[in-house]
Amino acid sequence: MTVGEEKQIVVRPGLAERMVDVTRRFFDSDLWYSFTRSPVIIVSAFVTLLFVGSAVFAPLVAPNDPFDLASIDLLDSFIPPIWQDGGDSRFLLGTDDQGRGIFSTIIYGSRISLGVGFASVLFAMVLGISLGLISGYFGGAVDAVIMRAADVQLTFPAILIALLIDGLARAVLPRDFHSEVWFYVLVLAIGLSFWVQYARTVRGSAMVERNKEYVQAARVIGIPPVLIMLRHVLPNVMGPVLVIATINLAIAVITEATLSFLGVGVPLTSPSLGTLIRVGNDFLFSGEWWITIFPGLALAVLVLAVNLLGDWLRDALNPKLR
Amino acid sequence: MIAFVVRRLLQSILVMLAVGFIAFSLFTYVGDPINNMVGQDTTLEQRQELRERLGLDDPFFVQYGSFLVKAVQGDFGISYRHRRPVSQLIAERMPATLELSLVAAFLALFIGVPMGVYTGLHRRGFLSQVFLTVSLIGVSLPTFLIGILLILIFGVMSQDINQAIGFSLLPQLPTFGRGDVTQVGWWSTGFLTKSGLLALILPSITLALLQMTLIMRLVRSEMLEVLRTDYIKFARARGLSNRAVNFGHALKNTLVPVITITGLQLGSIIAFALITEQVFQWPGMGLLFIQAINEVDIPVMASYLMMIGFFFVVINLIVDLLYYVVDPRLRADKAVAAGHQ
Amino acid sequence: MSDASSSPRSSNQALLQVDNLRIEIPNRRGTLVAVDDISFHINEGEVLGVVGESGAGKSLTGAAVIGLLEPPCHIAGGQIQLDGRRIEALPYEQMRRIRGREIGMVFQDPLTSLNPLYTIGRQLTETILTHTDMNENGARKRAIELLEEVGIPAAAQRIDQYPHQFSGGMRQRVVIALALCINPRLIIADEPTTALDVSIQAQIITLLKRLCREHGAAVMLVTHDMGVIAETADRVAVMYAGRIVEVGPVADVVLRAQHPYTSGLMGSIPLVGHDVENLTQIDGAMPRLNAIPRGCAFNPRCPRAFDRCRQERPDLQPVGGATEAACWLFDQQDDRLSRGSGTHG
Repeated sequence: MTVGEEKQIVVRPGLAERMVDVTRRFFDSDLWYSFTRSPVIIVSAFVTLLFVGSAVFAPLVAPNDPFDLASIDLLDSFIPPIWQDGGDSRFLLGTDDQGRGIFSTIIYGSRISLGVGFASVLFAMVLGISLGLISGYFGGAVDAVIMRAADVQLTFPAILIALLIDGLARAVLPRDFHSEVWFYVLVLAIGLSFWVQYARTVRGSAMVERNKEYVQAARVIGIPPVLIMLRHVLPNVMGPVLVIATINLAIAVITEATLSFLGVGVPLTSPSLGTLIRVGNDFLFSGEWWITIFPGLALAVLVLAVNLLGDWLRDALNPKLR
Repeated sequence: MIAFVVRRLLQSILVMLAVGFIAFSLFTYVGDPINNMVGQDTTLEQRQELRERLGLDDPFFVQYGSFLVKAVQGDFGISYRHRRPVSQLIAERMPATLELSLVAAFLALFIGVPMGVYTGLHRRGFLSQVFLTVSLIGVSLPTFLIGILLILIFGVMSQDINQAIGFSLLPQLPTFGRGDVTQVGWWSTGFLTKSGLLALILPSITLALLQMTLIMRLVRSEMLEVLRTDYIKFARARGLSNRAVNFGHALKNTLVPVITITGLQLGSIIAFALITEQVFQWPGMGLLFIQAINEVDIPVMASYLMMIGFFFVVINLIVDLLYYVVDPRLRADKAVAAGHQ
Repeated sequence: MSDASSSPRSSNQALLQVDNLRIEIPNRRGTLVAVDDISFHINEGEVLGVVGESGAGKSLTGAAVIGLLEPPCHIAGGQIQLDGRRIEALPYEQMRRIRGREIGMVFQDPLTSLNPLYTIGRQLTETILTHTDMNENGARKRAIELLEEVGIPAAAQRIDQYPHQFSGGMRQRVVIALALCINPRLIIADEPTTALDVSIQAQIITLLKRLCREHGAAVMLVTHDMGVIAETADRVAVMYAGRIVEVGPVADVVLRAQHPYTSGLMGSIPLVGHDVENLTQIDGAMPRLNAIPRGCAFNPRCPRAFDRCRQERPDLQPVGGATEAACWLFDQQDDRLSRGSGTHG
């Protein structure tokens, strides 16, 4: 009776073909197209890569090693940036109170900031995807408990949860031990506050897949259905997860910086960008503005670039907004 | 209606019980409260006697119960560090935090919502692009950095800048503390003195900026979402005026999700206040909490947690009720389409 | 109404006259032509069915007539006249006054066409008050009458209910009441029954047809359902890939389809009393807008295509009776024409 009812033959390709297909589609996609068309996004990607690159290769990129006590001279302290009177050609952006070059501390600082950021996003992603899959697959009481916890947690801002977990760790762990494991504490504190979004996304998709026949079939032939679902759910949620992860990276870097600024994050001995800002803040009123402003600027540029990427990804992957 | 309120109240109480449980666990299992209360020279017998007097040897649920009873009465124990009842400390600090949060919330709402509506209606307008760019920068600048920048501009460099350009463009604004406060009953307010009001300017802007940009972006995206719906198209197809479509139909539908998320945002203003308080040395609850974390002052940490939990629950409750008022679909109607097909 | 079709091109008589309408969608990779140079008219009180597969451009044509194309879609050429007055490029405010008052619209999905936060009474009175100088009470009375007219029981009580308190069929009745409340002269009904339960579809179509007749409104009935067209329309226009391929009185087009696409379409309708195994099917699918073939857009799927079809694009031309078709089979010699119409059906 109706015109043009299309019949579709559903072919379910294997994972390998899917990956090839995804790659091919990527370069053929509107996503790639809109990337090449947007100078702001290209610059953001470049800036992000620059930060990541210099963070990874910090020892090669930084002109001086701010942690090598032998090369630091207190006589070099409080040197302004080179374009101001009293600047020193060795220190592009000046030095701090201990004679460390600001430019180098920024590079090493972003290494720590990005390290914590990436690790906590990864942690949140793995935790969130697992819980979402479990919640969506099993449903019932398990689902109710996990999602209720998610609801309650969502009502509290991430920074507060991170602060609390970090504070708890401080209280529980002996001081010496804490100064060794601060990295993991931070990753745990920041990561735990982000898992909900992943879990919700994956759960929705898992609930749809759960009732499909292949999952039932897998159960019959003795393959753990959760494994099968992981394979089929993941490709479906790749887009949203990528968007969440990108935006989370920006928030994670900000959260780490904030915790460090509040004095409960990274220890002073290995300063992140937030720590540098905190330290520099003390010299704001005495006129040595560069100690705090340059790390602040670096942090803002990094987060802005990542945010721009995340925003663009979200719009590009959401066809409704075009 | 009553059933709805009762259900929400029960949920709120459950959440508070959970928060209380976490707070109580902090109390009981983190560190030894006795060690924190007595000096080095206290004998074991004295400690044991104190344990019994404080009920620390009672079964778990008895302790939890008495903790809750005390908490409801406003008794959160004694601060390890300040050696004073925590309730007193919080009562002293709370007005500062609430006044700051209130001003920031007003700023965020009354600037953020109109900006969001505007950018949603004029998607491709020049001003919208400016707002969006600024808002992205606002999201990317951490709160504490905004505070530091404002301090640098209005506290440190304003005189120099004014001298350089020849006239006083930038006022010198206070960057530290609350200024003079007036005591009204137990509440200390900064609203009644000039220095108190001046002192509010920079911290409240700092605190409002992030929330303002978030609210603006949220309202904008909801607005765009609603403008795409069929009922908006149908409203246009019936020849309703632009004003009626945009503000009568679109904005009202935007309100439903905006109320929820804005409510949560306002809640997080109280939490984010602790960053602002640290930057501006604002003597509020947040500053107290940060000090408590640094010094592992468990009673203060636990009660701050309870306080924040309480604020969130109250805000959520108000949000739910507003939601109920705005959206007729939630008003449980037993006669839904009864007897029709 | 049958005499209307005998003079299809007398523009001073037609209520709606569309000439050479072209709708384009600029996109990042160039410009898509969604509706390509189509002309048609609708007479006073007439029901024109517009049929075609999804993507053929029929809904966009409807939206263009009422001036609600959503950017980046836009009219790139041609004109639309309502009662001899050009309306395709009117300023927003003037077009707004035409919408609802002279051209009404019924959307596909009744579940989403009504604002969930307002009572249906408020949505009706709001529309009435916008276009008339009635007062609040008068508008409410009128609204109740309309609801009764579309067959809503206990209209006086139900007027204060919200859309979610109505079933799908009832909501579509409300939508029809809303579209008709200022007595527009033309109703554009865009797939008015597609989203409804099969059991209610017939009721709604009958209601729509009856009300439009009573209110003297012409209807542009956009649908992909040939059955609905056959029951309802006076004339029918068949669209394929942004063009009208055949237009004519509904009886002629349904029973004596000329264009191979239309005949394929008709062949796919199961008729009572015919052997179901004889249902034909058109192979392939309609081309996407960015891949419309050279010549006649239908040629790759056409069983009777010849060289010229792959080179040149045919225009509508008379093919006997009041029917016009865009097909080279009916070009030039009279003998081919008669052969063409004889072998189909």
